[in-house]
Amino acid sequence: MNLLVLLIIIPVVALAISVFVHAEKVKSVILFGAIVELILCFELLREFMVERAAGNNSPYLFEIVYPWFKTWNINFHAGVDGISVSMLLLTSLVTVSAILVSWKIDNKPREFFMMLMLLTVGAIGFFISMDLIMAFFFLELSVVPKFLLIAHWGSGRKVYSATKLALMLMAGSSLILVGILLLYLKSNGSFDISVLQGLHLDNETQKLIFPLMFMGFGVFTALFPFHTWVPDGHSSAPTAGSMFLAGISMKLGGYGCIRFAAILLPEGTQYYSTAIIILSTIAIVYGAFATLMQKDIKYINAYSSVSHCGFVLLGIGMLNQTALTGAVLQMISHGLMTALFFGAIGMIYSRTHTRDVRELGGLLKIMPFIGSIYIIVGLCSLGLPGLSGFVSEMTVFMGAWKVPGTFYKAATILACASIVVTAVYILQAVAKVMLGPIKDPHFLTLTDAAWYERSASWLLMLAIIIMGVLPMWLAQMISHDTAPMAVKFLTLNP
Amino acid sequence: MNISDWLTLRIEIALAVFILLQLIIKIFDLIRSNETWLRLNIAITFLIVLLGFTGNDSGSLFGGMFISTSFIIIEKTILAFATLLVLMQSYNWLKHHQHTPEFFMLLLTALLGMFLMLSANNILLFYLGLEMATIPVAALANFDLDKQRSSEAGMKMILSSAFSSGMLLFGISIFYGITGTLTISSWQEILRPGGLEVLALIFIMTGFGFKISLVPFHLWTADVYEGSPVSITAFLSVVSKGAVSFALARFLFNGVIMMQEFWVEILFLLSIITMTVGNLFAMRQTNIKRFLAFSTVAQAGYILLGLAGDPVNAPTSVVYFILVYMFSNLAALGVVEIVSFATQKEDLDDYKGFYNSNKKLAIVLMLALFSLAGIPPTAGFFGKLFLFTSGIHSASVVWLLFASLNLVVSLYYYMRLVRMMFSENNEKPLASIQSPLLSNIALIICSAGILFIGIFGGLYDYLHQLAK
Repeated sequence: MNLLVLLIIIPVVALAISVFVHAEKVKSVILFGAIVELILCFELLREFMVERAAGNNSPYLFEIVYPWFKTWNINFHAGVDGISVSMLLLTSLVTVSAILVSWKIDNKPREFFMMLMLLTVGAIGFFISMDLIMAFFFLELSVVPKFLLIAHWGSGRKVYSATKLALMLMAGSSLILVGILLLYLKSNGSFDISVLQGLHLDNETQKLIFPLMFMGFGVFTALFPFHTWVPDGHSSAPTAGSMFLAGISMKLGGYGCIRFAAILLPEGTQYYSTAIIILSTIAIVYGAFATLMQKDIKYINAYSSVSHCGFVLLGIGMLNQTALTGAVLQMISHGLMTALFFGAIGMIYSRTHTRDVRELGGLLKIMPFIGSIYIIVGLCSLGLPGLSGFVSEMTVFMGAWKVPGTFYKAATILACASIVVTAVYILQAVAKVMLGPIKDPHFLTLTDAAWYERSASWLLMLAIIIMGVLPMWLAQMISHDTAPMAVKFLTLNP
Repeated sequence: MNISDWLTLRIEIALAVFILLQLIIKIFDLIRSNETWLRLNIAITFLIVLLGFTGNDSGSLFGGMFISTSFIIIEKTILAFATLLVLMQSYNWLKHHQHTPEFFMLLLTALLGMFLMLSANNILLFYLGLEMATIPVAALANFDLDKQRSSEAGMKMILSSAFSSGMLLFGISIFYGITGTLTISSWQEILRPGGLEVLALIFIMTGFGFKISLVPFHLWTADVYEGSPVSITAFLSVVSKGAVSFALARFLFNGVIMMQEFWVEILFLLSIITMTVGNLFAMRQTNIKRFLAFSTVAQAGYILLGLAGDPVNAPTSVVYFILVYMFSNLAALGVVEIVSFATQKEDLDDYKGFYNSNKKLAIVLMLALFSLAGIPPTAGFFGKLFLFTSGIHSASVVWLLFASLNLVVSLYYYMRLVRMMFSENNEKPLASIQSPLLSNIALIICSAGILFIGIFGGLYDYLHQLAK
């Protein structure tokens, strides 16, 4: 059976089984499904590398088409390139560790784990889609699980945040829907991206459709000014929910911007690239400064996500191969890093029951494992060489700097400068939370990470280190597929 | 006219015979037990559904007054199936009602009227069918005999439908004056956009607007839905609305296709106010029946979007949507009926913590709400999607944007109810409810429909084949 189909079937089967087993056993079933999924993703990576090494240069590999609605020419059309393969790896890694982190959930555990798995199905399906309607189907699939995860298992202003998140993401998808329909109309009836890529739509059409698609997906990836769901949503969500939202959900947007907006509508992308760069630079700088003011460790990470996801959009706006590759690398790096960050914060919060920086202190002595994770991931976030953050941000900057013109240089310098602010807030948070005197004597009784938390952290940490030390294979795999895009942009008339 | 042509009339003949037979049984008082009546009528309706799948489908009778195609037969079968589900759900309520036999006669007569309306190629036959489908339902709305609200609902329904029929007849008479014929299909060669034609069309659209409760003709809807017994609310919101939508599609594409440019504009205006007003009002409701009433008003706006398509896809997408909507709305109202019968509670607040006390019913209701909101993988997603894909044929970008942003608004109130059921605590939680077997079967059918119709795509393609 085709590996990609198997990737969808495994989690669906896990979901079906968990309806029938005893509530206590659901987490084991789901975890098992997620691990199988992870192994399959590595197998996919291996086969993909083998194919590419053998000289198979077709844009999409492992393609498979099943007709779905013949009347509308809607197909179940799956296929992957280097970008999707890396996204699939990210998704399955974050899924496994999110499930492990929430091992001790006892409030409606069956529903909780099923919703996590449903989110995974949505993300996996989205990343392998080559049909716009199929992609939209999987994108929408995650609306309800996200909403209920936050509204039921969240904390703080959870109902407000859940509603805000669901409505803003839904508004984004409704723009995408209109964009998809217009593409269908203008292309004389095709939803297939391999067909749409080959078409040459006229400039006016591209200028009309591009903003719909880009803004729609932009909402998912915290495009300024549609980023406001990010801080509230991430902070109110349960730990696994935040890991998912930041680690995978925001990447759906970035991936969508590349796959369904930039590739399909090159003229539109070029026409709007100035606007993209301005908005993403604002997001980067504004996000960084907003983080500086936060007192809640979860809000710190949420606002820094806005800033870091700005790099993804900046990379897309620069329209060259290095910057695009950097954008994809940044998605992966940020996904791994924030997932681990939120995981560590969740571990701290579940012990101390406070997330206020002013009330925390000296935790490194009490819980050395969690403390070290927090520090390492913080260093990754500020771009320390040897960890994944450095690799991806550096690639984006190198790509951006290559673009001639004062405007582009200025944007790059501004974005670069935000790294300094990042260092300030990360180091401040680390110093206050991990070092210094212990603020509350009750903290002395706390324990360090349990086995499930350790394994979840190791999984993500290894990925961050491997990506930081050995980035070439990944960068090569991705740049193989960003190269044709960059060529396309180069050949356009300015 | 030979036997095989008469076979196209088989459903109507069978239904008429059964109605008369029941009348005789009632006169001679042959069956006394309500339960026997119920079983008999469920069997009859089931038989009507089966009849749809047999014999010759296309032909015309009475000099072209009555036409039939496979597509029309499918429409009728869907309506009969919806009626069957309504009957199964009303088992509990009717078991103790003092006028159960009359209930069935009225209900089946309304169904017969709808069948005639769908097959009519003569505008007077069409009008007769429409009236036959409306007046019994008004009597049925009044069927909670000891409730004042119920008689108020019946009264409102009869007045508003009489008014709308007047509008419709006025428009029809102008068309007759212009064309000199009552045959709908021959209008399309004669009618061209012009002052008088436009005036007549506006009157006719107003009449249809009342029947499928488009804004601004929706004012009766919430009161009637709230006051009627839940089964009748279900019948009105699914079967009546479905039948009139099918008829509207046929009228627009068979009768006045040459005026399409003009009526698309009317549909556009009606559609965006219907969606917006329906959604905004649904948000503010506290009674679950009124809530569902306004949500169905909003759904009608999407049907109009589908009608902006080409002559093949527009009817197909509308039929598909109504089928999906039938499963979703009947599942929602089925749960409401069970709860309302067992506890007399109909407020949204009563549903807080429903998931904790009645897990299975809550899951069915949630599935129904997801489907109404158009969230995948439920069939509602595909139903709405195909209305959109059909609509792009002649709908403007503004219309598409309005429609898709309205999905966001509707998501708000559907999700609010889901969250209340799933995660809030209730000081006075509903007791664990034992639902009757037949209702359970109906709910299982509805849930299966919601879950599987969309994902396993063949059905739309099948309908599309028939519509060609």
